[in-house]
Amino acid sequence: MASDASALHLLLTADPGLFAIVRLSLLVSLSAVFFAALIGVPAGAFLALTCFRGREGVIVIINALMGLPPVVAGLAIFLLLSRSGPLGSWGLLFTPQAMVIAQTVLVAPIIAALTRQTIEDLWVEYRDELAAMEVGPARRVATLVWDARFSLITALLAGFGRAAAEVGAIIIVGGNVDGFTRTMTTAIALETSKGDLPLAIGLGIVLICIVILINALAWGMRRAGERYAG
Amino acid sequence: MTMRAPGSDLALMFEDAGVVVRGVTILDHVTLTIAAGPPTVLIGPNGSGKTTILRVAMGLTPLTSGRISWGGQESVAPPRRAIMSQRPVMLRRTAAANVHYALTAAHIPRTEHHDSAQELLALVGLESFGRRPARRLSGGEQQRLALARALARDPAVLFLDEPTASLDPYATKAIEDIIHAVRARGVKVVMATHDLGQAKRLAGDIILLHRGRVIENVRAEEFFAKTRTEEARKFIAGELLV
Repeated sequence: MASDASALHLLLTADPGLFAIVRLSLLVSLSAVFFAALIGVPAGAFLALTCFRGREGVIVIINALMGLPPVVAGLAIFLLLSRSGPLGSWGLLFTPQAMVIAQTVLVAPIIAALTRQTIEDLWVEYRDELAAMEVGPARRVATLVWDARFSLITALLAGFGRAAAEVGAIIIVGGNVDGFTRTMTTAIALETSKGDLPLAIGLGIVLICIVILINALAWGMRRAGERYAG
Repeated sequence: MTMRAPGSDLALMFEDAGVVVRGVTILDHVTLTIAAGPPTVLIGPNGSGKTTILRVAMGLTPLTSGRISWGGQESVAPPRRAIMSQRPVMLRRTAAANVHYALTAAHIPRTEHHDSAQELLALVGLESFGRRPARRLSGGEQQRLALARALARDPAVLFLDEPTASLDPYATKAIEDIIHAVRARGVKVVMATHDLGQAKRLAGDIILLHRGRVIENVRAEEFFAKTRTEEARKFIAGELLV
């Protein structure tokens, strides 16, 4: 109970340390979702609408990557960014940028796989109508992505959920440096191991609230959009 | 929207046309000509090949054998065509946006979209439904919106696949009234139905299909007055044509 009270105190007093961690967490996760969407939505649409040799294999691999263990992704990015790695000269290891890269790698397959499934289902529905209207390939893709936009929000939410809850990859590539690369999840893991439960609980409450808030906003957007566009 | 006068060069010709899908014959050596003029109605039981003929004419289904041409010459580009399928798919946007989309796809200048969309929605009786989500419209309203979308292409030939299937009499009449209006504007209508009453009300020519073959291809009054085949007699009598 004492821990709960201390956690509440941290929240109510807008503890600067706590809110710096929250801010960095949101920045890293939302950036990762943004970049993953830039990669995943076109990739998913491409997979949904094209036929090429090995397509099935690519789909299986992307689906499998949805379950990529974060620590494995973290290790791979660590090896790439470490001083002796191929991208070591970029000097990104133990920076927020490295954490964004790691989370992008984890989230992109989720967005790509869900986008592919969504677009493919819609394509089956729309194919004849768009063909009858002689809609060209580029406009077809744009139409399908636009008309699937409310379903794609769910894909982005799934990606955000993965990014926000993730700890294994970012602790490896970010290093959990206080005031620089410490996020909510890495801080919770650290503070719990140190026995500083108030901060861990406070961060846990904030994390859950943020996830609920973002999901509620997305749900509201989806409902409003569906009411307007059907 | 400008509706054309009946095109004298409009003669859709199937010559020994066949469609086989996964070993199943859908169209079997079909030879027929659909000329300009009053509506041509394809009738026949389910699976007789009505929809496939429309799809082939629209270029949505390729022929396995034989050929199709417009005006008897393969080098002649098909006229502007549009189709309304039996279960039209509404794009996830408003009714007006569905029509705008079709106008854009038909390369109608954007400056004309608003007026054209209003005119088309008015033609199908949906002028006050423009802001409604298309997928929330009733079945009959969706069919009418699909007609407006098809007409946005300013077609010389309009293919309708069972346009009133599963609609109530009021919705059916609304669609038939639109077909009359479209026909009056010089658009050639080619329609599939297995509603004999509707065929009587709308058809200029009747093509009876059975098991992918053309059984009869005659003027409508002749078809109903004097059947020439046993299949036609059975179909008109409401007997099962299996």
